[in-house]
Amino acid sequence: MNGWHYIGKVEDIPLQGARIVAVGELGNIAVFRSHSEQIYALADRCPHRQGPLSSGIVHGDKVTCPLHGWTIDLASGEALGADHGCTRPFAVRSDENGLYLQLSSNDG
Amino acid sequence: MTTSPPKHLLVVGNGMAGIRTVEELLALAPNSFHITIFGAEPYGSYNRILLSPLLAGEKNKADIITHPLEWYATQGITLHVDNPILSIDRENKSVTDSRGQSHTYDTLLLATGSHPIIIPLPGQQLPGVVTFRDMKDVDTMLELAKEGKRAVVIGGGLLGLEAAMGLLKQGMQVTVVHLLDILMERQLDAAAAALLKSALEERGMQFYMPAQTAAILGESQVSGVRFQDGSELPADLVVMAVGVRANIDLGKAAGLHCERGIVVDDQMQTSDPHILAVGECAQHRGMVYGLVAPLFEQGKTIARRLAGATDHSGYTGSTLSTRLKVTGIDLFSAGDFLGDAACDTILYQDPSRRIYKKLVIKNNIVQGVVLLGDTVDGSWYMELLREQKEITPFRQQILFGRHHLGDAGHGATKVADLPATHQVCGCNGVCKGTIEEAIIKKELTTLEEVRAHTKASASCGSCTGLVEEILAHTLGGDYIPAQSKSLCRCTPLTSDQVRLAVRDQQLTSVVQAMQQLAWSSPDGCPSCRQALNYYITVFYPATIQENPADRFVNERLHANIQRDGSYSVVPRLWGGTTTPAQLRAIAEIAERFSVPEIKLTGGQRITLLGVKKEQLPAIWAALGEQELVSGHAYGKAVRTVKTCVGSRWCRFGVQDSEQMGVLLEKQLWNSWTAHKYKLAVSGCPRNCAEATIKDFGVVAVEAGWELHVGGNGGIKVRVTDLLCRVESMEEVLQYSAAFLQLYRREALYLERTAPWVERVGIRWLQQQLVEQPDYRQQLCAEFIQAHQCLDDPWSTRAQGKLGTQDFLPLTSIPFRSLENVA
Repeated sequence: MNGWHYIGKVEDIPLQGARIVAVGELGNIAVFRSHSEQIYALADRCPHRQGPLSSGIVHGDKVTCPLHGWTIDLASGEALGADHGCTRPFAVRSDENGLYLQLSSNDG
Repeated sequence: MTTSPPKHLLVVGNGMAGIRTVEELLALAPNSFHITIFGAEPYGSYNRILLSPLLAGEKNKADIITHPLEWYATQGITLHVDNPILSIDRENKSVTDSRGQSHTYDTLLLATGSHPIIIPLPGQQLPGVVTFRDMKDVDTMLELAKEGKRAVVIGGGLLGLEAAMGLLKQGMQVTVVHLLDILMERQLDAAAAALLKSALEERGMQFYMPAQTAAILGESQVSGVRFQDGSELPADLVVMAVGVRANIDLGKAAGLHCERGIVVDDQMQTSDPHILAVGECAQHRGMVYGLVAPLFEQGKTIARRLAGATDHSGYTGSTLSTRLKVTGIDLFSAGDFLGDAACDTILYQDPSRRIYKKLVIKNNIVQGVVLLGDTVDGSWYMELLREQKEITPFRQQILFGRHHLGDAGHGATKVADLPATHQVCGCNGVCKGTIEEAIIKKELTTLEEVRAHTKASASCGSCTGLVEEILAHTLGGDYIPAQSKSLCRCTPLTSDQVRLAVRDQQLTSVVQAMQQLAWSSPDGCPSCRQALNYYITVFYPATIQENPADRFVNERLHANIQRDGSYSVVPRLWGGTTTPAQLRAIAEIAERFSVPEIKLTGGQRITLLGVKKEQLPAIWAALGEQELVSGHAYGKAVRTVKTCVGSRWCRFGVQDSEQMGVLLEKQLWNSWTAHKYKLAVSGCPRNCAEATIKDFGVVAVEAGWELHVGGNGGIKVRVTDLLCRVESMEEVLQYSAAFLQLYRREALYLERTAPWVERVGIRWLQQQLVEQPDYRQQLCAEFIQAHQCLDDPWSTRAQGKLGTQDFLPLTSIPFRSLENVA
């Protein structure tokens, strides 16, 4: 419905960590669980050199790419600090069954 | 000026001049032009000044690329790389590229740079003869430096000396051949050139001068150089670095007025009003500049013109200064440094400290300057020169520099007095005003931040001191100088204060430490979480409950992430020894898991490259069956113990270095350290295991073993200091554990043993470890106890004792459900 896909339970994602969802030709989407229990989803490609953000250190609502240390805002996908670039964010919602990821482009 | 601005700007040349002009234009009038850039080289724009450090191995390609391809896309610029423009059709206002395509323009900007000068000598076309102009040249030189031993650099100017120094760093024997007996004669007088020569000779460079090259020798590959007097020098590589000439080919063929360069007026316009030229290809008021500094003014002038500014005053020429970008040699030169009969020379010379300062003065105005050894005041003299300032009030102290003038310095130039337009960073064209504005608006507090935001001091680094002063002056009391740098933005405490707090306040978890030490962020940042986690593992090894999220991916997954997101797997081969069974296992695993590449590492091990994250647990399980454990090739940890075969096989060996190495590695492996930690054991003083550039090196002698500490073979090579000599293997083991534990307790996170040993001093280490046997034993015992708390990380995970679901995707969503994805 509306491009929402069930992806699993919140506990399946480590706190201050991430897991990936493999989405066919769209590539991997990283789903993050922050220190304050917020869930975010971003394309798993750093805007700098396509590093896997899912393997980065999650701190606050940011993740630091493991390849060259760019720090990305988990909500917007924008690079922070002096770097410029953006990775695509995706919408995530949760209910009592678990987490859902939205893949359609016409979401709000 | 045209009334309706041009719509399409086509730039020929993707070097520093073209790109700088485009940047100025984007800053002044964004979106006002459709911009197309053609570059002959296959990359984004890069900083040509940094080819020297690239050649020296101090920077890599990614470091020197200033504008990656993504930048062009985000700016909406169409970039054609690897595609030079071949001709201009001025009548139809179009150009033709190397693929035969034609492209129209409203305004054409020529930024074609220079060609390196090639002396027409017999043999000049032989493989192994190169120029020093672009990345391709550097690639060629690095390739040849791998194989060859001897390099001859023709040309003792700036470019030649930088090339020579780079090749020297690559381990070649380098001879510089120069036509005159004065090096860098366009920037130096005879006395300074002689001092420079001896400083370079001390670093291993050789000179053959004055000498005129007559021919380059060789059949299918260069083999040497012959001179006019008939003498010869052997060479595997010949670098021609005799200068550059403006690349006017395109302009000339199109019928533009050209002399040595493409002639432009003060608006940088050529003889065709629709064609402009910038940089090294342009000739302005009779001058063709071969340095970057004029680009910035020229670029600004063009940008103002294109943006339609009405008050543009135009470009009036540049006064140039030169710095030699050779690590460890400071040299600055500007203006007329020889002078004439009407000039006075003020001179300071201290040959044994290799300091030489010379100012040429006429009517109390600086005409020229040469500084060697102490160039701090270069930019001050440059400013006095450029602004033709009267120096009478401080003429007596002028050679002692700007600082010597004190507060009564007659407003000369302390940083506060520099005008906002004063260019601080010549490499990136950044003025004082731009730096101050960035510091205030973006609330910058550190040198690194200023570098990141303004690029000032980010290239050759010679203006770092001045940028720091501006930072200190702008921030006033808020400035924290680098010496007392806090661990990160989450705390005002330094790394050492945090270490001591963890040790003395019984802080046993990262969360507890952050609470107790009043961290300003909710859950820290990568810098502090890793540092805290490390300090806690050192002081509380038995009780720490690690949170994997506090570790960098390599240490979390026990594999080394590669640039494509795959991992390398390096099993431990004790002392660099292995067995047929292990080799078979490794080969079989590599085939079974389709490992793309197997390589021998520098630490006498085998690495499996290109392993996917989800394959890791299964590979570990398979390796574990052959008792292959983690080599920790990924962590701030004890890495390898390199050995030579020693007395077991070698006819020169005096002790069993192989056994010693295996014992050491079994004792020390699987330990977290402040930074990576490597060992080596050599079986005799010939030292084939290169133990004297390791963190802990053991060299066998007839009577026992020498123990060396604090070596490093990385960016900055450092030879170890001798800690002591011991007789037995037991003593070697005890000292090695005690030294490692002392380093773990005392060094800062990410401080390698080389700077740590320099900081604490070998004498202090000897007092701790050699002169206090009780303390040595205590450290050793402490290490062994900590070591018992650790299992092989691979088998632990392969056996499922720790979850491995993190290695796998959470789920997969098949492609067919994606039809509504944009």
